[in-house]
Parts: sequence; C-alpha cells; structure tokens
Amino acid sequence: MSDVRVAGTGLTPFGNSPERTSRDLFAEASIAAFEDSGVPREDVEGVFYGNFMGELSEHQGHQGPLMAEAAGVQAPATRYESACASSGTAVREAVTRIRNGENDVLLVGGAERMTNLGTAGATEALAIAADDLWEVRAGVTFPGAYALMARAYFDEFGGEHEDLAHIAVKNHANALSNEKAQYQSAIEVSDALEAPPVSEPLGLYDACPISDGASALVLTSESYAAEHDLEAPVAITGTGQGGDRMALHDREYLARSPAAREAGAEAYADAGVSAGDVDLAEVHDCFTIAEVLALEALDLEPIGEGITAARDGRTTADGETPINLSGGLKAKGHPVGATGASQIAEVTDLLAGEHPNSDHVADATTGVAHNAGGTVASATVHVLEVME
Amino acid sequence: MSDSEDTVTDAGFDDWLDAAEDGTADYLECPDGHTALPPRRVCPDCGATDLEELALPDTGEIRTFTVTHVPTPAFEEDAPYATAVVDFGPVSLTGQVVGIDVDDVETGLEVELEIATSETTGERVIGLRPA
Repeated sequence: MSDVRVAGTGLTPFGNSPERTSRDLFAEASIAAFEDSGVPREDVEGVFYGNFMGELSEHQGHQGPLMAEAAGVQAPATRYESACASSGTAVREAVTRIRNGENDVLLVGGAERMTNLGTAGATEALAIAADDLWEVRAGVTFPGAYALMARAYFDEFGGEHEDLAHIAVKNHANALSNEKAQYQSAIEVSDALEAPPVSEPLGLYDACPISDGASALVLTSESYAAEHDLEAPVAITGTGQGGDRMALHDREYLARSPAAREAGAEAYADAGVSAGDVDLAEVHDCFTIAEVLALEALDLEPIGEGITAARDGRTTADGETPINLSGGLKAKGHPVGATGASQIAEVTDLLAGEHPNSDHVADATTGVAHNAGGTVASATVHVLEVME
Repeated sequence: MSDSEDTVTDAGFDDWLDAAEDGTADYLECPDGHTALPPRRVCPDCGATDLEELALPDTGEIRTFTVTHVPTPAFEEDAPYATAVVDFGPVSLTGQVVGIDVDDVETGLEVELEIATSETTGERVIGLRPA
C-alpha cells in the first residue's frame, strides 16, 4: 500500500475565543494548511471533518458541507464523530481512502467551539461521551471518569498525585515555545498539588482546559506529491483503530486502555515498526492519568511503570522518548474535534524540523499520534515517518 | 427533564430503576455465561439473543470511586458527591454512594443498591448505600 503524504498542516491558536464560530475557526486552519501545502483547492476530492459537540454548542448539525464551504472546497464532505477521537477517525478514513487509490488529495481536520458554553455547560457537553443511562445519570463527568481510572491505577500499580503533577509540569514546559498553545506558562509541582480538586484524586492542573480551535491537514497520495513536486517529507505510514465497551464499569481492567493497545499494535504492524522505533509521540493527555495509560497501551512504557515516566525524565523534552512536545492537550488545549488532526500536524512539523521544539528531536524519523474518545472506548493511532 | 406524569421514560432502564426500588433489580446472562446490564436484545460479547434475566446479588464491592467537586448542571446542588464503580459479581455498575460521608468512602467497601434522588433535579439516581 502506498504511504500518505502530509502535504500541509494548519492550526488556529487554541484557547479562549467564545465568539468565534467553528466555521470561522476551520476556515483559518484550512487557509494555513493550503498555504503550507502548495496544493490548489480545486484538486481536493473530499473533506473529512471531525467535530463532537456542534449540536450542543452551536445548534449546528450537518457540519460537513458547511466546513467544505468555509474552506472554499467544492467536494463531498462528511463529519466524523467519535467524541474526542473525532478527527483521529477522520484522518484514518482519509488515509484509507488515499491508500485504496480512490482519492489523491483530501482535506482533513476538525474544529470545536466550547468556551461559549461556560465551564458547567462544557462539562455537561463533554459528559455525553459516556453512557448517558448508566454513567452520566449517576453523576459521572468526564474528569470524574478519569478520576475513577486514576484511583484504580494507584490501587493496582502504586503511584500518587505528585507523579501525575510531573506530567502537567512537563507538558506546560513543552508548550512554552508553542505560540498556538492555550497555556504558555510554566508551572511547578506544588502548583498542581495545591490546585482545587475537580474530581478526586484529580485536580485542576490534571485536566486539560476547555478550548476553542481548529486543525486542518492536506493529505495526498505519493504519486500526487511526486508529480507536483510537493515539499512533503513526512508520511503517515501506519494507521490503527481500537474499540471497547462504552461504559467503564463494563471493562475487565479499569486502569488500562485495550482499545489504544489494539490501535497501536495495528498501526505499528501497518507501518512495519515497533514501539522501540518510536522517537517521539503526541498522546491524548486529556487528563494527566490518560498520558500514563496511553504510554503503557502503546508499549512505550511497561504496564504499571508509565506513572514514573515524566517524574524520572524519560518523557521530558530531552528524555529518551519525548512525549507531547506540543504541550499536549493539557497545555496546548483540547478543542475536542480538532485534537486528533492537530496531533498529526504537530508530529509532522516536529519530524520535518519545522516545530519550535524540533531541536529536541533533531534526529527523529518516527513519530506516533494517539487520539482517544471517552474513557477510550474509541482510539486511533497513527505512525508518521520521514521519507526523504 | 420534568417529573410530570406524561414524561417519556427510557424503556428498560426506567423499568430497571422501578425494579431496583422494589428490590428486584436484574441483570442479563447469555447461554455462554456472558453478563450485561439491560436493556439489551443482544449479548455484547457473543451476539446471543436468548438472554436470561437473573436477580442482581444484594451487595457489591467498590472497585474504584471519585469525589466530584465540579459537576454538570444536573448535579449542581449535589456536589461534592462520591461516584463509585461497584462489582456485584456477575456485573459491575456505576452509582452514587449515599448514606456515608464522602470522606469515608473507600475501595473495597461493601454496598447495596438504593435508588436515590438528585437534590438538583429530583430525578432518580442509582445509589449505593454501605451494607
């Protein structure tokens, strides 16, 4: 199968812009992606767009054609919804389409408008990623669900809140040079430990912020990139997706993410790489504990040991395998529907030497993007490699 | 969300809450022994469609819990509250721990089902009371 070139990437700043519509956000990201790619809009054969809560935040369904229009593209468009993994699944579908030879050029991305809902409203909207009957009606929130997993992790493998604080500190430090990040401010372990509790044992600094933002990618076939002499050195060489039971209580393990393991194994095999080949990764750290579970599911850390990775420096910017050099969801921000494609954009730029943090990974050739929905009932993993 | 008499219910789920209030909550088991909470027509593990309704054991044990301080609007007046995942043996379920100070909730605590009411909305909530 042919690899899929990432010809262009575009991100809006992630942050607090309650008045901006998602169509405006996506338009901005798409303009940046087209400019970066050198691909003309008329060559685009389809739009694959991720969004989670548009009905709740903007009273807007049927966003596919709306976003094609916003991007100035005349092509069929589909919205993908898999909670926080919405644009990860959009990327996967687009990659599959190009590999199958059905398309040569696709616009992929996502957007989310969230801050206009306020904290309570956004908390309510995010909660619908859980089982409404059996979880949400018992008072489970999104932070609450990850808090359930965090306590289960501590009970099974050990670890404490301070270990999680080191993850927040690391990701804030990584975001300092990322001008698109929502938080470009350093924090200390004591800040995280003293922050107000959200859902114990998780506090405010264990949680990603509520964010507005959009991401866009121009993906092309190898042959299109070659024919048009595109400067697109990075390719998506592996894709995987995993699933699990919707409700956390229906899972055998409360502190593991089998869906991410399944997605990772599939993506590694697809790319012909192993976890040992991975030079850097962007993983779905919606909460600090989620980064731990992701590292273990991707075999970047043994089961039960991911909790110490940030504290002991294995995943810091100058560690063995830097994780979330963009700042991650924690500090870069998490406009839900935009996140999966934004991770692909960050890994591409890091590998291409075009990212503010590329110096930390100057020799890197292989990167991974891990995107998760709900309590990881949905997961996508993509492997990206430098091709030339 | 109103409690007026003509409120549309969720078939299967509200029936289960009714049964739980009567002390007759059930779970489903397929011929291969896979278990699940209702409402279901199909076993999520193997696809079997002949599911048997069996009585939920009286007590379960807390597998994990959290105390939520930042709730959704539907639980604004209830916070802080403890939510727990409880292992009843054949199935686990999620509910709010009631009848105990949130600071005293712990993993391993034995609890029984008790349908409670949200202080915010008056809606029924799956409650778990120390046994």
